[in-house]
Amino acid sequence: MNETSTAQRFAQGFVRSVVPVLLALIVSGLIMLAIGSSPLEFFAGVWKYGITGTNWQRSLSLMAPLLIVAIGLIVAFRGQLWNLGYNGQYLLGAVTASGLGPILFDVLPAFLATIVIFVVAVLVGAVWSLIPAILKARYGTNEIITSLVMSFIAVGVVNLLIKGIFKDPAVSTPQTPVIGDDYLLPFIPGTEIHIGFVVAIALAIVAQYVLSRTSFGLRVDIFGASPKAARHVGLNSTWMVILLFALSSGLIALAGSVDILGQFAYQRADWDPRYGDAVMPLVFLARFRPVAAIPFVAFYAVLATGGTLASQQAGLNVDFLLVIVGLILLFMTITEYLGNRRQLGQSYLPAGLRRTVLQPFRKESERTSA
Amino acid sequence: MTTTATSEVISLRDITKAFPGVIANDHVSLDIVSGQVHCLLGENGAGKSTLISILAGMQQPDSGTVAFDGKVVDITSPKVAVDYGIGVVHQHSTLVPAFTVLENLMLGESSMLQNTKRAEQRLGELADLLGVEIDPHALASDLGLGQQQQVEIAKAMWKGSRLLVLDEPTSMLTPQAIEHLGESIARVKAQGLAVVLITHKLREAYAMGDCVTILRGGRNVGHIGVEQLAAYSEAEAQDAILAAMFGDDLAAVGDEASDLAGAAEATREVRAIDFDDRPVRLELRDVSSRGLGRDIEADGVTLTVHEGEILGIAGIDGHGQGALSEVVAGQRPVASGTVFFDGEDITKSGVRSRQQLGVRYVTDDRLHEGTVGSMSVALNLVIKRIGQRPFWKSGRIQPKAVDTEADRLIQEYGIRTPSPETRAGTLSGGNIQKILLARELTNGAKLVVVNKPTYGLDLKTVHLVREILIDFAARGGSVLLLSTDLDELIELSHRIEVISRGSLVGGVVNDGVGTAEKVGHYMTGAIEGTD
Ligand SMILES: Nc1ncnc2c1ncn2[C@@H]1O[C@H](COP(=O)(O)OP(=O)(O)OP(=O)(O)O)[C@@H](O)[C@H]1O
Ligand SMILES: [Mg+2]
Repeated sequence: MNETSTAQRFAQGFVRSVVPVLLALIVSGLIMLAIGSSPLEFFAGVWKYGITGTNWQRSLSLMAPLLIVAIGLIVAFRGQLWNLGYNGQYLLGAVTASGLGPILFDVLPAFLATIVIFVVAVLVGAVWSLIPAILKARYGTNEIITSLVMSFIAVGVVNLLIKGIFKDPAVSTPQTPVIGDDYLLPFIPGTEIHIGFVVAIALAIVAQYVLSRTSFGLRVDIFGASPKAARHVGLNSTWMVILLFALSSGLIALAGSVDILGQFAYQRADWDPRYGDAVMPLVFLARFRPVAAIPFVAFYAVLATGGTLASQQAGLNVDFLLVIVGLILLFMTITEYLGNRRQLGQSYLPAGLRRTVLQPFRKESERTSA
Repeated sequence: MTTTATSEVISLRDITKAFPGVIANDHVSLDIVSGQVHCLLGENGAGKSTLISILAGMQQPDSGTVAFDGKVVDITSPKVAVDYGIGVVHQHSTLVPAFTVLENLMLGESSMLQNTKRAEQRLGELADLLGVEIDPHALASDLGLGQQQQVEIAKAMWKGSRLLVLDEPTSMLTPQAIEHLGESIARVKAQGLAVVLITHKLREAYAMGDCVTILRGGRNVGHIGVEQLAAYSEAEAQDAILAAMFGDDLAAVGDEASDLAGAAEATREVRAIDFDDRPVRLELRDVSSRGLGRDIEADGVTLTVHEGEILGIAGIDGHGQGALSEVVAGQRPVASGTVFFDGEDITKSGVRSRQQLGVRYVTDDRLHEGTVGSMSVALNLVIKRIGQRPFWKSGRIQPKAVDTEADRLIQEYGIRTPSPETRAGTLSGGNIQKILLARELTNGAKLVVVNKPTYGLDLKTVHLVREILIDFAARGGSVLLLSTDLDELIELSHRIEVISRGSLVGGVVNDGVGTAEKVGHYMTGAIEGTD
């Protein structure tokens, strides 16, 4: 591609990313009409509870874990490693914070304890990913299945921990002790947005830089594009699989611990926000670029923050949010398909129709064929 | 054009197709007549594959029409092409290796209920028509290249009754397989199908073709009709084709043109060297390899390559050439034996440290291994030096340095690309090969392993690649040349070893007449001995 097409390419990327979102919103509106709810009320509600007043601050707080999960997914997906064990990885990170927090904050200064929790969370996530990673690297086992299985196991382990050694003896429901407000992540001055948001944005920028500008990023891209080429240029693919999986899983676990220390302060058994399910389509929309993921995650954070109340008001189930995400995925696939056809020079219109339509505008010489 | 009442004409009119930076087809018009073999010739990047991908419904022309007997048709998708009876055997294999022959053939079947019995019957018919035997239940990956191609042809003709297109079908085949292919094509033609044959070998065009069209820079620059071609002697036909193909550039190719066209007998073209004066650069002592795949491993290989020497490795494709190259390049682990480079034991060192010592490898899989098609030409040119100065400083890419190096190599090796930022995968085969050579031979190369360096390349590029290798050796570089093209080995090598089932079965010093016979003797000996 030459310089003239840079702007064109940007426009194309924009169209391919934003059009599916718009279409999904329109169609979900139609569905709401069909099931007798008011889409206007719903979207007005999303706006009201997601943005107006100080609600935008709640949305940004939600962005912190979502964005970190997104970066974690991007790191793996760039290398064509499909880490779908995100729910388990997230919960492991969360339980590290909710379980170790009450213990550590008693014995260490808050700052130090927070750092220790983050580091341990990342390590736990990374170690948990070793099994799918090693199986993939050594035996070519499909990582989608192994990471999902490991995720199920993780969910179970986390519940056992919360019902067992991390349980708060003072209450009857299985949950961890609530961490005191003084120990939670501080707010950005003047707001009620915890600094996890700043951490997430910083991570996105760093990840963007590393992936697009450094030798490591290029290696990841080569590995993702063709394992054969990776071997040819001397990359150690075993190491690459393990490293990418560890980074991805470690980041997602970090998101869990940030969420506990920034937002929830304790963890209940059987709690699973399943952020990854919603974030996954968004990272595809962002074409695996961390910075490009920021607006999409912001969009979803508003939708989720406002949508919870709005859907109740509009008489919808909260799960309707996932319907919207599903529709985004669907329209993304369609736009992608049409985009590819266009790139191949194929028309949106069937060629016969196109020729008939264009016929009157053609020069005489072109019209006759034989 | 001879058109009898019964024969149908497929006419392409003013087909134009542009890609960013290139016009791949520029108002191309030609007629394809049933019952004839229409040869399409032209340099790498002339637009041959683009033209047939339009016929196959894989690309849509920007303008222009395709008509059957004057009736304009729109080939909007590959499926439509199949429905019109157009079958295409593409330049690169499209079979699914893990599927059986029959499963591969039935992939395109649209009905839910796949009728295996009818499919087997159809395969039987096609096998008869082509004059070949195909085992319907063999795995595609277990077939030799020649057989794979027969399956591809059967697949193309599965529903086909109008046109069979073969895109460079002979570039990877052994002489025997090429002969078989010729017979099959003659039978298809006798059935009244039109055949389009793309090739870089003038000899084949003359032997198999009824008429010839030559593309250059996306334009139709010459056509030799049926009567004319029949009237020409082989030499006359060659002259006419070469003149059209290269135009004014012909002088640059010079006497070598006819040589490259395969008219003259091959002779050695490198200067003789005295092995005793030359230090040994590469030595393999009883080396066996161990890979993960199913391909044949190197088995107890012992060889030496001196400074300034080109050592040829002859053999039928798939006899361990890949494993041997990878063992030298450091891509495949050594199971037993030792590898020495400049007297140093490098058995245990990996690709990157060998690369820095000056060991380079031009792989035969240009598209998927040698380059990353989705990345720019510039990046592909420095991809083996990731993290090294001056292209990376403390891990950060230096776009200026990369561009400077890319511009230099593009200039020096005459890589034809719209810009250094163009994605490498969109270049033509010859230009991708130039990227590989440029990258591997630069910056302190001492030994280069080249595996089938000229398959699929046009005459001029073949010539250029061979010149580059001869030049490299003349400047003291060592070359380990693995090739299935005996003429190429004889032209370039000082010595030739013969590989069979992963082992070296005999060596010949290439110092005069009779090399071909001696090598041939080892090859047949090896085949009879083991089969
Ligand atoms: N999908 C694509 N995108 C951009 N450029 C392309 C694409 N396909 C082909 N080209 C360009 O179009 C030109 C013609 O390519 P084509 O593959 O038709 O050549 P060819 O005659 O088949 O060459 P070869 O003998 O190497 O197979 C080349 O310059 C190539 O780089
Ligand atoms: Mg081609």
